[in-house]
Amino acid sequence: MTKAITVSGLHKSFGRTRALDGLDLDVEPGEVHGFLGPNGSGKSTTIRVLLGLLRADSGAVRVLGRDPWADAVELHRRLAYVPGDVELWPGLTGGEAIDLLARLRGGLDRRRRAELVERFDLDPTKKGRAYSKGNRQKVAIVAALASDAELLVLDEPTAGLDPLMEVVFQDVIGEAKAAGRTVLLSSHILAQVEKLADRVSIIRLGRTVQSGSLGELRHLTRTTIEVETERPATGLAALPGVHGLRTVDEATGRIRFDVDGGRVDGAVRKLTEFGIRSLISHPPTLEELMLRHYGDELAANGHGTGRDTDGEPR
Amino acid sequence: MTSATTAPGTRAPAAPATGGNTLAGTRTLIRFALRRDRVRLPVWIGALVLATLTTANSFRTLYGDPQDRANAVAGVDSPAGLALSGPSHYLVDDGFGSLLSHQMIGFTAVLVGLMSVLTVTRHTRAEEETGRAELVRSTVVGRHAHLAAALSVAVLADVVLALLLAAGLTGLGMEGIDAQGSLVYGCAHAAAGLVFAAVAAVTVQFTAHTRGASGMALAVIGAAYVLRAAGDSGENGALSWLSPIGWVQRSYPYVDNRWWPLLLCLVSAVACAAAGFVLSTRRDVGAGLRPEKAGAATASAVLATPVGFALRLHRGMLTGFGTGLFLMGAMYGSILGEAEDMLAGIEEIEEALERIGGAGVAESFASMVMAVLTVVAAVYVVMAALRPRSEETAGRAEPLLATGLSRSRWAGGHLAVATGGGTVVLLLAGLGFGIAGAASTGDAGLLPDLVGAALAYAPALWVTAGVAAVLFGWFPRAVQAAWIVPVYAFVVGYLGQILQFPDWMDDLSPFGHVPRLPAADMDWTPLLWLTLVAAGLMWLGLAGFRRRDLDMK
Repeated sequence: MTKAITVSGLHKSFGRTRALDGLDLDVEPGEVHGFLGPNGSGKSTTIRVLLGLLRADSGAVRVLGRDPWADAVELHRRLAYVPGDVELWPGLTGGEAIDLLARLRGGLDRRRRAELVERFDLDPTKKGRAYSKGNRQKVAIVAALASDAELLVLDEPTAGLDPLMEVVFQDVIGEAKAAGRTVLLSSHILAQVEKLADRVSIIRLGRTVQSGSLGELRHLTRTTIEVETERPATGLAALPGVHGLRTVDEATGRIRFDVDGGRVDGAVRKLTEFGIRSLISHPPTLEELMLRHYGDELAANGHGTGRDTDGEPR
Repeated sequence: MTSATTAPGTRAPAAPATGGNTLAGTRTLIRFALRRDRVRLPVWIGALVLATLTTANSFRTLYGDPQDRANAVAGVDSPAGLALSGPSHYLVDDGFGSLLSHQMIGFTAVLVGLMSVLTVTRHTRAEEETGRAELVRSTVVGRHAHLAAALSVAVLADVVLALLLAAGLTGLGMEGIDAQGSLVYGCAHAAAGLVFAAVAAVTVQFTAHTRGASGMALAVIGAAYVLRAAGDSGENGALSWLSPIGWVQRSYPYVDNRWWPLLLCLVSAVACAAAGFVLSTRRDVGAGLRPEKAGAATASAVLATPVGFALRLHRGMLTGFGTGLFLMGAMYGSILGEAEDMLAGIEEIEEALERIGGAGVAESFASMVMAVLTVVAAVYVVMAALRPRSEETAGRAEPLLATGLSRSRWAGGHLAVATGGGTVVLLLAGLGFGIAGAASTGDAGLLPDLVGAALAYAPALWVTAGVAAVLFGWFPRAVQAAWIVPVYAFVVGYLGQILQFPDWMDDLSPFGHVPRLPAADMDWTPLLWLTLVAAGLMWLGLAGFRRRDLDMK
């Protein structure tokens, strides 16, 4: 089966600015693929190359098995796109914009359009300029989902949505996935991608730095364990893969440490020797994944990591 | 820039309580606007001054001996000639200065008005429409600061233009062009600019769209021009007194050097500007005076076709230009009868018209008018053909081009409306001219002649759209260069008749190749060539657009 999207060694420069510097991306059919990276890392540029709106300087790009630059129009009939910054026509109503975009894409399911307008609580009779950022985004989302596209390309689609609408969005994407559609979801909002994505690719400075299933990526990171034992636990720090051991509460002897993905078993075995009274383990969040990749940038920007980790920012 | 933006923040609170609050930050905004216009305004002013000085200077050779001047005076002393130039009082004097004021002020006042209107809308409504004003207004900037700053910049530009004109014309040291007259001449231009800047201060309050606001102000300029043309060509000049352009022409530089008509401009400008400030307090930032109505919840079937969609976006401008050109044509048509009566039998004029290749007097006048109407239609065509570029830079092309709509069909839809719409606008101009002309001359046969004469210019309009298409496809950052086509057509078509440019200059313009109907005979060959060139240019433009990156936000 052909992959939904394959990109390898993609380069794109704007004048002297190098936006993409050898980016790789693989998206399997039927999966929700998270496309993560900080602002300015090249997410939108990549997506625009995938849509044939920008021409790649070099590298191989295939979308649904075709060349997006040469076969842009044929491809566009099979995919739907929600831009990160939705601009609407001041004189056209939201409803007209939805119909326009969906029809130009090759058709519109009236029933689904009505249902989506209802679920997203959108007033389709307002003129484009009267919509807030969130409502403009809803227009683009409804237009994208009201047509039968195999591939959904969503560029930070929920940046302007309120939490209630974000839940609706997650449901809708879940349904699209159940219907067998492929979704490329770019974001810097990690929690959202975590809930929806099967696999993620993390990019930085126009290059892919990590790619894989969430499970695989978590394996590469550390689990945080907070434990209270009957007897003071000793010798933990000497175990391979244990980092940042510290005492949280002197009175109860509660301690906390991070342990490498592959070393959890050893650490827990050791802990049982001291009689575990309670144990809490936190799976690594994508925040932590990102911090490990971008920690140096964040630190450089003066944000610090805000975490009491010993993990040397790479 | 940083120091400039922080300065008033510290200065504004110290300002006196007398309105200081609503104007806080004006000085910074003025400096900021001047920074943004550092190329635009000097080009405008430079072009206007240069055009005026070259025209004046060329009079030395054109009208060197008194007999030439007498002929020139006789040549325009007709309702038609006066409609195209100015009031007949100028003709009491045949000095260089008088000739210059008579032939130039009517047109340059329109251009100064255009400069002032575009300056005001650019720094007020355009800022609001893009949302930048909201950001700026959230800082220490008063409610009236944007409008005050925009008006100040327009006033400044107008005053600089006036001084440069005065100094430049005096500097020519020509007989009949003295310092005092030159000062009045310059100030007349500034006065026209001030009035129309103030008109724009009002129109930007009405509508939430920059295009609409500029359009309304330009319609006022157009109406002012038409009123003065009708007034100047008629027996009494009452209609001219309703027009600010009529007022500035009645300052009679070099003839009477009257200041009080310019005061009339100043008073109306102050009144309009005051109205603008008052109206601006009755609306919200970013909104017009009228609340936005709810529209259709679904799109019609036509809207989802490239041409139908483009037509929807162009609708307002197309109606505006169509109506305007129809009325303008009708105005010229209504004086066609008089032109014939007055001119018939005057030998020199018939000779002069002979040179244009004239059959009858009415026909020759008609072909001159047609050239003017066509330039206005060309302005529409350029604006329409540049629309895809503004859609692209506003980020509205991106979602459309990510659908099954190809780049060629999208841009082609806009070009189709630009060419088709241009043709319709031209047809309306011809109809207005023809209907009123047939009525005023009592010759019904003029109607098809004049409509045909208008339509003969259509291929030249298509070439104009083609030039814009090529720029859009290959040099998207330079699309504004398409304005050269109508501007050049105007300079060669109108000034060229005064200055008697060589033929090759005429040939450079697509409009120069169109047979001057109805005075000249129909010739299909150049029209066919123009059509082929237009098609070639459009194909080339679309090919370029298919190859380049889309510009996105």
